[in-house]
Amino acid sequence: MATHHSRSAARLMMAPAVVLLLGWMLVPLTMTLYFSFKKYLPLRGGDLGWVGFDNYVRFVSSSAFWPSVLTTLTLVGGVLLITVVLGVVLAILLNQPMWGQGMVRILVIAPFFVMPTVSALVWKNMFMDPNYGLLAHLWEFFGAQPVEWLSQASLPSIVMIVSWQWLPFATLILLTAIQSLDSEQLEAAEMDGAPAHKRFAFITLPHLGRAITVVILIQTIFLLSIFAEIFVTTGGAFGTKTLTYLIFQRVLESQNVGLGSAGGVYAIILANIIAIFLMRIVGKNLAK
Amino acid sequence: MGHIKLSQVSKRFGEVEVIPPLDLTIADGEFTVFVGPSGCGKSTLLRLIAGLEDVSAGHIEIDGADTTHVPPAKRGLAMVFQSYALYPHMSVKKNIAFPMRMAGVPLEEQERRISAAAEALNLTDYLDRRPGQLSGGQRQRVAIGRAIVREPQAFLFDEPLSNLDAALRVGMRMEIAELHKKLKTTMIYVTHDQVEAMTMADKIVVLRAGVIEQVGSPLELYHAPCNEFVAGFIGSPKMNLIKGAEAQKHGAATIGIRPEHVDVSASEGLWKATVGVAEHLGSDTFLHIHGVPGCDPLTVRVDGELPVKHGDEIFLTPQLEKLHRFDAQGLRVA
Repeated sequence: MATHHSRSAARLMMAPAVVLLLGWMLVPLTMTLYFSFKKYLPLRGGDLGWVGFDNYVRFVSSSAFWPSVLTTLTLVGGVLLITVVLGVVLAILLNQPMWGQGMVRILVIAPFFVMPTVSALVWKNMFMDPNYGLLAHLWEFFGAQPVEWLSQASLPSIVMIVSWQWLPFATLILLTAIQSLDSEQLEAAEMDGAPAHKRFAFITLPHLGRAITVVILIQTIFLLSIFAEIFVTTGGAFGTKTLTYLIFQRVLESQNVGLGSAGGVYAIILANIIAIFLMRIVGKNLAK
Repeated sequence: MGHIKLSQVSKRFGEVEVIPPLDLTIADGEFTVFVGPSGCGKSTLLRLIAGLEDVSAGHIEIDGADTTHVPPAKRGLAMVFQSYALYPHMSVKKNIAFPMRMAGVPLEEQERRISAAAEALNLTDYLDRRPGQLSGGQRQRVAIGRAIVREPQAFLFDEPLSNLDAALRVGMRMEIAELHKKLKTTMIYVTHDQVEAMTMADKIVVLRAGVIEQVGSPLELYHAPCNEFVAGFIGSPKMNLIKGAEAQKHGAATIGIRPEHVDVSASEGLWKATVGVAEHLGSDTFLHIHGVPGCDPLTVRVDGELPVKHGDEIFLTPQLEKLHRFDAQGLRVA
């Protein structure tokens, strides 16, 4: 069907979208690279000329750099662990026939539709506030001293908030995967003498392997750029400064665009390393 | 060894009674086939025996022990599923080893049984492959291998050949029949294909709507079907059932005559009729004949060499001693 004529017409019609997307990606990337080689302080003299790799060296040698990388990895790792484990459990539970199944499934997915800023505010003020938060009341009910979540256990708190947001996503993907499991396989395993926990370990979990890698890959990409939850809750204090947040601070709080841009380039490199690493695992898993 | 007895077993799904109370005994070493049209409850009955469904009432005994509430794994039965239900992430070897691994069979013993099963089923070269890399027939053999290594008291087959193409089906049919001759283990085999039932069974159980219509050897069912349903179901092509005046001449509401029991002549006979479609199979020809009162079309099986074609006028005479007579309720009149 694709004649020469219709192919060129198709190219012509796709062109605006391609140009727009390319511009959307290329302009910020080029500007980041451009500024990362400049000493650029908007409120303290503006463009002060080229400085070579100075910004790159200063960003890495800053005492905040390695802790921020560690925080980023802890945050991403923690959220992945919680969402995958609870996602598998919830998917199995939701797959059981029960009354009001459709309604329950919609409710489970609901947190995904709440904006990150809003959900962080809800958690901060309604649950984690040490004076009038729900969790404080719960602690007091049992006669315990309320926890000051966001200062005493700040990183775990943020991991909890982000997990709450991403659990629906993991559950949804894992639920659809579990629904595609052939029930005859489980019955065969039952006949073969596998009790429920072994059927899960030998049949269900391997079947979910592919879906789990997809969840991990997609979530990692989004979790590396977590920002609103940190900004709204701790503002980067109490050891919650991720690489993304550090770059934000360098550019907007220290008003050092050059240094922040260099950090941005590091973040791109880090994200790519993780992406390549993950793609290889996923590729291996998908090839099966 | 593998003596199975069902007494007053019934199954309800909510309000719907799929299987009204039935009794059935399957002797040790017997190859029993459950056959019937789709939706007749034959698979449900098999799943009740396997323990994958709970009975609503009644008892199941295996070797004299009441296993009604024993979990499937403890009944000593192995099942081959319609979809084969192989574990896709495990190699053929691990698939076959799985039941033994679950039972904690020592490794050397596992190896011994796997190689014996692989030998018997021509799977030795495929042990390291995954099910996805095998053809339908090979997957079927792996599923059988997985059942054999358990050394069960009885094998249960749930329409195992329905996913295979016609040629392969004939081959696998033979292999399963040979396997039964070799192992001499009780086998229960579910199918909707009466040819499979006729060729493999020691005993056929014909089911309709959860009710056992007749139990007997293939030839018993062929020669003496107890009602119109069994008469029409067993035999290929189907028996011709003739109603009306022709049947009343023989003192029955319906008479049945198999296509192979009608004599054809060009000059004289009981019925004068026209040939409709003639199906030439080479060895035989099936004639679909119009114009016989009370049955249209009537099927006749004649020798493949007989020169007949569409539109020919011929005379038919049923072989009276092979005639089946049924009363108004469809039951056989002796």
